[in-house]
Amino acid sequence: MSGPILDIRGLSISLPGGADRAHAVSRLDLELHPGEITCVVGESGSGKSLTARAVMGLLPPQVHATEGTIMFEGRDLLALPPEERRLLRGDRMAMIFQEPMTALNPLMTVGRQIEEVLLVHTDLDAVARRDRILALLDEVQLPDPRRVVSAFPHELSGGQRQRAMIAMSLILDPKILVADEPTTALDVTTQAQILRLIRQLQDRHQAGVMFITHDFGVVAEIADHIAVMQHGLLVESGPAAQILGDPQAEYTRSLIAAVPSLTPRAARAGGGRRMLEVSGLGKIYRSGGGLFSKPAETHAARDVSFSLARGETLGIVGESGSGKTTVARCLVRLLKPDSGRIDLDGIDIAGLGKRALRPHRRRVQMVFQDPFASLNPRRRVREILAEGPITQGKPPEEAHARSAELLELVGLEARVADRFPHEFSGGQRQRIGLARALALEPEVLVADEPVSALDVSVQAQVLELMDDIRVRLGLSVVFITHDLRVAAQVCDRIAVMQRGLIVEQGLTADVFADPQHPYTRELFASIPGRDWTPPETARAAVAR
Amino acid sequence: MTDVAPSPAAARRGGSAFWRRFARNRAAVVGLAILGVVVLVAALAPFLYPQDPFTIAGRPLTPPLQGGFLLGSDTLGRDIASGMAHGARTSLMIGLVATAVAVVVGAVMGGVAGFYGGWVDDALMRLTEVFQTIPSFIFAILLVAILSPSILNVIIAIAVVSWPPLARLVRGEFISLRNREFVQANVLMGMSDWRIILVQILPNCLSPIIVAGSLLVATAILIESALAFLGLGDPNVMSWGFQVGAGRSVLRRAWWICTFPGLAIMLTVLAINLVGEGMNDALNPRLRERSA
Repeated sequence: MSGPILDIRGLSISLPGGADRAHAVSRLDLELHPGEITCVVGESGSGKSLTARAVMGLLPPQVHATEGTIMFEGRDLLALPPEERRLLRGDRMAMIFQEPMTALNPLMTVGRQIEEVLLVHTDLDAVARRDRILALLDEVQLPDPRRVVSAFPHELSGGQRQRAMIAMSLILDPKILVADEPTTALDVTTQAQILRLIRQLQDRHQAGVMFITHDFGVVAEIADHIAVMQHGLLVESGPAAQILGDPQAEYTRSLIAAVPSLTPRAARAGGGRRMLEVSGLGKIYRSGGGLFSKPAETHAARDVSFSLARGETLGIVGESGSGKTTVARCLVRLLKPDSGRIDLDGIDIAGLGKRALRPHRRRVQMVFQDPFASLNPRRRVREILAEGPITQGKPPEEAHARSAELLELVGLEARVADRFPHEFSGGQRQRIGLARALALEPEVLVADEPVSALDVSVQAQVLELMDDIRVRLGLSVVFITHDLRVAAQVCDRIAVMQRGLIVEQGLTADVFADPQHPYTRELFASIPGRDWTPPETARAAVAR
Repeated sequence: MTDVAPSPAAARRGGSAFWRRFARNRAAVVGLAILGVVVLVAALAPFLYPQDPFTIAGRPLTPPLQGGFLLGSDTLGRDIASGMAHGARTSLMIGLVATAVAVVVGAVMGGVAGFYGGWVDDALMRLTEVFQTIPSFIFAILLVAILSPSILNVIIAIAVVSWPPLARLVRGEFISLRNREFVQANVLMGMSDWRIILVQILPNCLSPIIVAGSLLVATAILIESALAFLGLGDPNVMSWGFQVGAGRSVLRRAWWICTFPGLAIMLTVLAINLVGEGMNDALNPRLRERSA
């Protein structure tokens, strides 16, 4: 094998004054080899994205590479004048971004945007350019390339847009492809297709790929080499098999151990009292439509039925647009369902009006997805925790005393009660959100993707906490997630949703062992890194 | 816990950080200084010029610095400096009160429209549009003419023509905030709507309201001056606009009668605008970085 195509030596990237550390990246060494995928793995704030941007020359203003070299084809990229770096971009090195909607210009057709790369870097005539674009769109397996060429970004699905982005980056056969979380914004089935595509194309074009990700499942799926970063430092690097099978560094072990296993948990003894019985739940969204035209109807939920026993966790699994969030919102009655019953321990709350509903609100509470939007930035934690019980008629002193207990219950110190939400990290905020829901002493907890915005190590802690609290308080939980790994660890039973319908439901272990519905099978086949079992050494590291 | 929280000191620096960001805008500091002088003069007016500003103090049309007049006298021999000091009280009072009324009305209308949406929003916004389609100054003249010129009616007129933009601003903020998850959590607590609107959402859109409100004060002072200039101000209250109006017929013989009150109007409005700009920078720091 030849030498590295990209050789990063001793790279340091400084942050502007006032940041929480002086260097985003310190003395990083990293190599990219032709025809290989190097995964850079790390949690948020590890400096992995800035490394990618330093390679491309896209560092934000006030952030500079202060030390080190990035050698590419015998030249140090950091020492090149801006004009020469510009000529390299798009031609010899290309980048795929995370969010394909914002990475494409919404006012330009896809074909025109890809053509721009050719206009900048080649003298091909219009016919040659068009042929080349069509051939490439075909290569990235876009259906009907002729239609895609003249389509605007909003006319394509997320997966199609990402394919178009990949086509744009590959059009001049770059030697280096930098992909910054290219599948994070995509659904799991689409993610699987895109990963397969990147693997194939990279094989064919023999490019060196730098793949930035936080997801060890994705790493296990496509990496040849792995570099693990933490707080701007390289923790460990080596061949994929070695890092995944026998990680040396403590941090790598803990990261791998935090990846939820795909082996479902044993179902707990059921047979408790029925807490929640949902039958025939339906919700239709109507959009558009004026005086004379009929509004467009979308069935967000159709004939959804399930039941939940006391102390049980039911997972609702599905991709975006499957209706799982709509169901969650109907359960807590943020939305009024159009049909069906929601029987909460004997009372049907589906049709209740605002006033009639108020005394029952307390009994079903929700934990939200976004730790940054779910807490009022202008209220102190103490107020956030106490206002629910006070609204329900508890004396204020009692409610404030209780908020201290709640903070300890979710693993925070009682003295943080006087702080504002912005003083907490994402994981801590999610704990506060959980405490707020528990403050009302609910019987059913609806958790809508409660850990999907968190780093994997924090995710594991929050899941553990939720499980612990569920046991201690005897809560029934409806757990909405798109992540089958999380579902396997948390849920006693799961229901799989697709386009508003529950296509399959049953005990988690049964569904995982023998999925019946074709869509469920497709979902399982798409889980990144499903063939990889984290090594025992990593588990041992956590047990310690 | 492996995840680290930002330091708690960040919150305690809040107050001083506001002033640091405000002071970064030099023009805003100058504006604040001018405004400070105006406020000082207004506060000290009864001590500097204890006499009624309408009393005849000496010979008419005395130029500045003569006959004991700092800024000269007008066509009836009234002291211009005294009138300006008392006029500053009028201008500031009307500006602040009219703005306060407009902000309260606008915030309630916009908040209710943004929070409830649907037909409530439609109805309130159509009403707002009715007010916005009428040229505001002509509307204000009309209102004062119908209601008879008095300080209260001038304030009402200014407030009535000033609230629609605020209602639109607050409505926009409410629409973006009302679907935040923390508001939904409050709904799940069984919290009443008015409590969510006032206690939970409103504090989150105070910054834009304060900025818009500070600029409204300047507009209110301008409208008041213009009304007084046209003779539609309260005849028993001295104001800058009235002084300019009284001097316009002798503009070529006695330039000082119009000039000094006119300058006072200009400087005060400019100062308030600069301060508003500075508040915008200080309260919406992200906007500033984007444009820098």
